[in-house]
Amino acid sequence: MTLTIVKPGLLTTIQDLGRYGFQKFGVPVSGAMDPFALRIANLLVGNEEGQAALEITLQGPTLRVESDALLAVTGADLGATINGQPFPCWRPVLIKQGSVLAFGTARTGCRAYLAVAGGFDVPLVMASRSTYLRGRLGGLQGRALQAGDVLKADSPSAAALSLMDLLAAGPPGRLHAAAAWGVGAEILADYTQRRIFRVMPGSHYAHFTAESRQDFWRKAFRVTPQSDRMGYRLAGPVLRAAAPLELLSEAVACGTIQVPPDGNPIILTADRQTTGGYPRFGQIATADMPILAQVRPGEEIRFVEITLPEAERLYLDRERKIAELKYGILLKQRSRM
Amino acid sequence: MEKPTERHAGFELHPLGDAAVIVQFAKTINPDAHRSVQALTAYLDAHGFPGFVEAVPAFASVAVYYDPRIVMEKLSSTTEPASCHERVCTLLAQMIRQLHSFSVGHSRVVEIPVCYGEECGPDLPFVAQYHRLTCEEVIAIHSSAEYLVYMIGFAPGFPYLGGMPERIATPRRETPRLSIPPGTVGIGGRQTGIYPLATPGGWHCIGRTPLPLFRPDKHPPSLLQAGDRVRFRPISHEAYAAWKEQAP
Repeated sequence: MTLTIVKPGLLTTIQDLGRYGFQKFGVPVSGAMDPFALRIANLLVGNEEGQAALEITLQGPTLRVESDALLAVTGADLGATINGQPFPCWRPVLIKQGSVLAFGTARTGCRAYLAVAGGFDVPLVMASRSTYLRGRLGGLQGRALQAGDVLKADSPSAAALSLMDLLAAGPPGRLHAAAAWGVGAEILADYTQRRIFRVMPGSHYAHFTAESRQDFWRKAFRVTPQSDRMGYRLAGPVLRAAAPLELLSEAVACGTIQVPPDGNPIILTADRQTTGGYPRFGQIATADMPILAQVRPGEEIRFVEITLPEAERLYLDRERKIAELKYGILLKQRSRM
Repeated sequence: MEKPTERHAGFELHPLGDAAVIVQFAKTINPDAHRSVQALTAYLDAHGFPGFVEAVPAFASVAVYYDPRIVMEKLSSTTEPASCHERVCTLLAQMIRQLHSFSVGHSRVVEIPVCYGEECGPDLPFVAQYHRLTCEEVIAIHSSAEYLVYMIGFAPGFPYLGGMPERIATPRRETPRLSIPPGTVGIGGRQTGIYPLATPGGWHCIGRTPLPLFRPDKHPPSLLQAGDRVRFRPISHEAYAAWKEQAP
C-alpha cells in the first residue's frame, strides 16, 4: 500500500507511542500527542495499537492513494473528504487506488490521526518510528512530511485482509467503502470538548505563594501560540514561588507543569526534554493528556485538583475502556458484519 | 494534595504523576548521592520489575517510569489493596536498602580531544581576560581536571559535568548565541559541557571537539553516559581538521 503526499498540511509527522528506554541518554520520548486517538486508529485497521501512523495538526494534508488501502481517521475533526465526499471518521474504510483523501482545517480539536493497515513502513530509530523534529530523527528522515513524499505500509494483518475482502465485496464501482461499525459516540463524549484538566499538585507546589496556588485553581489560562509538541505554554495568572528555589535538574514527565522564572506555566508534552530544573507545580493526570492534545492555541483551559489515587483510577479505567474497545473491534473484524 | 513524600533513611520517594516515582538521594550534588543514583539505575536496567519502563538518572535522583496497568496486574502487594504508586514504592524501598551490596561497575574514562580557541572557541579570550589569565592558562586549567558525568539531559547526549576548577568559572553571556555548532565545549557559570547538536545557548564557547556526542544509529546513542569520567585533551587546528576529514 502506497500513499503520495500531494500537499503536506501545516505539520504532519509519523508517530507511534514513543521512544522509551533512551531518556537516560537525553533522548525525548516523542510519540503521538494524543495516544488514545492513535491507538484506536490502529485497532480499527487491524494493527497493533502502537504502530506508526500520521499525526495531522490543525490543517491537514492531501494524499493520493496509489493502491487499495484500509485506512482509519480518528482524533480531531479536520473535515476530511474522500474524492470530495465526507470521509467517515472513527471507522475502518477501504479506499480504492487513485482516490484522493483531503483534510481541511480543524473544526473541533487540534490533531487527527491517520492509520493504515500494516502501519507506515519507516525505519526503527532507537526502537521507535516516532519523529523527533528538533533532533531530526525517526519518522521520515526526522522531518515533517513534504509534497511528493511517498509513504509505504507494511503487510496488513490477517484481520485487516479479511475486512478488506469483505468491504470490497460491496456494489462495484465504488471508490470507498466504510465498515458499518465504528467507535461509539459514548467513548468520544467530552473527548474534544472538555476544557477542565485534572491536576495533582507537584513536588514544589507548597513552595508557591498562597495567592498563586489559589489563582491556579480558580482562574483560566490561555494556551499561547508558542505551544508546540514540546510543551503547552500558558498565559494567565502569574505563578510565584514564595522564595527563590534552588533546584537540581531532574527528570520531568509528560504532563508535568513546570514554572520558569517568568511565572508562566508550561505543560510538558510529547517532545519534552528529559530533565528540567524549573519547579514542578503540578502534574496532569495521564488520562487527560490525549484531551489536552486536542486543545488549540488561543483556547482557554482550567484546572481542578485530584489526588494520586484518583489519577491512577482514571488511568486504569481508561485502559479498561480501550481493552473493551479492542475486544469489540476484534469481534466485528471477525464477524461477517 | 498529592500523596505525601515517603521518607526513608538516606532517600525520599516522590510521585512524578501517576506513572513515575522520583527517588531522591540528596538535595545537593555530592559523590555519595551520585553513587546511589548510579547503583539504582544500573540495578533497574539489569533487573527491572514487572511494569518497569525506564530509569532516568539525574544529579541526586533517579526517576523510575512504570506502566500502571502492568504494575496492577503483575506486581504483588503485601498490604492489599495497595495503589500502583504504593506497590512501586514498597519494591523500590526494598531494592535501595540492598543497594550497598550491588557493585556499580568500574567508571570509564573517556578522553575528549578539543581544539581550543580561534574559530572553534571564540569566547576563549573573553574567559581569559575575565580571570586575568592567558588563553594558554585557561586551556591548561580546563584540560588538566578530571570531570564526572553526573547526568545526560537537556538535549540528546548533553553531559552535565562536575569538577570544573572554580578558577575558570565564568558567568553566562548576557545575550545567548542563536546557534552554537555541535561539538562546542562551553563554560556557563561553574559548569562546563559539550553541545551535541546545534542549539541556542548562553555559555562561553572555548573550544570544539571533532567527536560526535550523539550518534542515533549507535548503541548507546550517547558517547557519554552518567558515571563516566572525562578528560579534555587539547589538539591543534590541523589535528581537528584532519579528524573531521576522517570521520565527517
